[in-house]
Amino acid sequence: MSPLLRLLLQRLALAFVSLLLVSVVVFLITAVLPGDAAQELLGRDATPETLAALRAQMGLDQPLPLRYLHWLGGLITGNPGRSLVSDAPVMELIGNRLPNSLLLAAVTALIAVPLALLLGTLAAVFRGGWLDRLLNNGAVVLVSVPEFLIATLAVLLLSVKLGWLPALSYASDIDSLSAAARVFVMPVLTLCCVTVAQMMRMTRAALADQLDAPYIEMARLKGVPPMRLVLREAMPNAIGPIANAVALSTSYLLGGVIIVETIFHYPGVAKLMVDGVSQRDMPLVQTCTMIFCAGYLLLVLIADMIGILANPRLRHAR
Amino acid sequence: MSATRRDVLKMFAGAGMMLASSRHLAALAQTSTAQPRYGGRVRVASATTSIADTLDPARLSNQTDYARSRMLYSCLTRFDASLTPQPALAERFDTDDARRWIFKLRRGVTFHDGRSLHANDVVFSLMRHKDPATVSRAKVFADQIESVRASASDEVEVLLHQANADLPVTLATFWFAIVPAGTRDFNHGIGTGPFKLKEFKRGLRSVVVRNPDYWREGRPYVNEIEFAGLGDEGARVNALLSGDLDLVASIDPRSVRRVESTPGFAVFRQSSGQYSNLAMRQDVTPGNNADFTMAIKLLFDRARIAESVALGNAIVANDQPIHPSNRFWFAGLPQRELDLDKARYHFERSGLGNTPIPVVASPAANLSVEMTLALQQSANRIGMNLQLQRMPPDGYWSNHWGKSAVGWGNVNARPNADAVLTEFFKSDSTFNDVHWKDAQFDQLLMQARAEVDEARRKTMYADMQVMIHEKCGVAIPLFLSSLDAHNARLKGLSTIPVGGLMGYEFAEHVWWDA
Repeated sequence: MSPLLRLLLQRLALAFVSLLLVSVVVFLITAVLPGDAAQELLGRDATPETLAALRAQMGLDQPLPLRYLHWLGGLITGNPGRSLVSDAPVMELIGNRLPNSLLLAAVTALIAVPLALLLGTLAAVFRGGWLDRLLNNGAVVLVSVPEFLIATLAVLLLSVKLGWLPALSYASDIDSLSAAARVFVMPVLTLCCVTVAQMMRMTRAALADQLDAPYIEMARLKGVPPMRLVLREAMPNAIGPIANAVALSTSYLLGGVIIVETIFHYPGVAKLMVDGVSQRDMPLVQTCTMIFCAGYLLLVLIADMIGILANPRLRHAR
Repeated sequence: MSATRRDVLKMFAGAGMMLASSRHLAALAQTSTAQPRYGGRVRVASATTSIADTLDPARLSNQTDYARSRMLYSCLTRFDASLTPQPALAERFDTDDARRWIFKLRRGVTFHDGRSLHANDVVFSLMRHKDPATVSRAKVFADQIESVRASASDEVEVLLHQANADLPVTLATFWFAIVPAGTRDFNHGIGTGPFKLKEFKRGLRSVVVRNPDYWREGRPYVNEIEFAGLGDEGARVNALLSGDLDLVASIDPRSVRRVESTPGFAVFRQSSGQYSNLAMRQDVTPGNNADFTMAIKLLFDRARIAESVALGNAIVANDQPIHPSNRFWFAGLPQRELDLDKARYHFERSGLGNTPIPVVASPAANLSVEMTLALQQSANRIGMNLQLQRMPPDGYWSNHWGKSAVGWGNVNARPNADAVLTEFFKSDSTFNDVHWKDAQFDQLLMQARAEVDEARRKTMYADMQVMIHEKCGVAIPLFLSSLDAHNARLKGLSTIPVGGLMGYEFAEHVWWDA
């Protein structure tokens, strides 16, 4: 069996176990949170009678392990159940929003990843120079500024002051390329600020590490041209860590962009999950968690595969 | 019939255009500012939205739900600016003893799906609240109803367990919206309201379009409303000022100047019975000590708190829950002021010394953290040791409210004196966060509820306000105004003091000025 295939199978098995563990942990944590979905929904208007009726309707009168098994059984057969709070199928709620989140993540990644790789490589090649220092300091500044500040400043400048872009990003308003551009500019800009800086610094670090290695010096002494030196000699060794950094940033885009969704009113899946947690809507929270977790594991797996494929030394079992 | 009305309106519009093109332009321009204009689309954002959004009248729970319900549904009665019930789907309501009520239904009203309104729809819409499986938020009210009967196709007889002169007020609240008999799936929003549902996405937005067959002559004015929930206050204000929204609910007092200083935008301010109250439980220390509670009530510098904490968007309150706009407000009750000497006297008599007294506050109860800080300052001056315990909003109502010995609550405006007094001050109410038990008060409350004579009722409510002001362990420093912001061209907003967005029913009142 090739090491690649073995890794793939190993990872898939591990992923399955991780997902199961995560689901148990999330279930237990949400159970420990004060109040249940019925209480959250009725709030101060709850009377013992309505509370009992609602609990029965939501199935909250069943014991915890039974509810968990019920949900798990449903999930395995492809039906994660109905949202307790809205009584809509969980798949419908998520299906309405996941494509929006994926689209935003894809557009951001499409811009951020090449940009980060380019800048990171430039910084590594000219390390110590003015460009490197500029990029590094710029990255530190961008990473330190919280997203909500960037987003709010962007709205204040680009929509309120200049009136160039809409302050809200309804994904349903996309009917042409220019409309899409108007909707996406600010959310993507905000997300790029954070992700580009992280990926760029990782790229620089990984590449600079390789460029200082003796084998590069040897290659340089042998007269390998600088372009080839960086891309053909050093890059394959650096690509593993870089791919992992990219995977981390991208998985963050998948589920963690609550700030962007809140400020631009972008109909993504992060807000759905936050709603789910605050309303104690277990099936919804569980299913969202599973999706985020699976997405993360998948991205990390792809990153590892890229690292192995790019580096001939890792392709063969030692 | 409705088609005729529509034709007439069209005719008027045509006539207006003809006039406008003629020499009478100046005369028309004068009336056009006062006369509502038809057409246009309004984009509105409220402050809350989540997957819990619902169109089931029984389960409405926040401003977004309320406002949406007012677009889609009507009740038997409706509120005017003084919260006196006016005829709505019921064109007349009568009673002799406040126990047996006859509601005469308006003729020719149709639901959005074309069915005619029948007395059976009213019976269904009211009686379903009594069934625990409906999980109605108005169950406590509904339990006052003994039976509802269709005495004719356009007449409903409501029989109460006990007399309640305010039944027409209660039936104007959101939960008692009239839906077609037998409705099980509320996701289509079928009602008799001014707008029809076009799109409803939980936690995102809804779109409604003008109902040409609406029973209120000439309304609504705008063709379409796009209604979203935008949780971040800064984002709401920014989207308004950038022109992406036309009306936004619940702005922060700190945003008022920004909106008002931007040309073309205005703040819509309503003073209503909304307040945050400091509840000092009467069944545990230190609240069971009357001298302590009196000292606390004397330590609020109300006018200053209204200025510095609420930035002027509040009026001074007097440790009782009835708002001055209410017809039963007792004007003769002397205003309680900051009085350090009296407070010191009562505090010394309480014998608490410098025992630390925790005060539980939370952003969940409006401005409670800031008001506690202000209270702490005056308390320090008489040697009272108050300690602010700040709790997160998540879970505040279920875990702290009504449980802490000294802690803040928050009450949204109620439509009538009976509701706020019953819910928060009656001995057996679960919302009685002060745990105040006074048999005399309870008796007076029941008498006032059953009293049909307005003048006698007024005296009873005055007595109850005095009792709360003097004896109850509650401090109510301010009535908070609701603040919404809008495009200045959007007209028609006026006060209906049950909540923001014009008591949530802006939809059928707003219109676009040229």
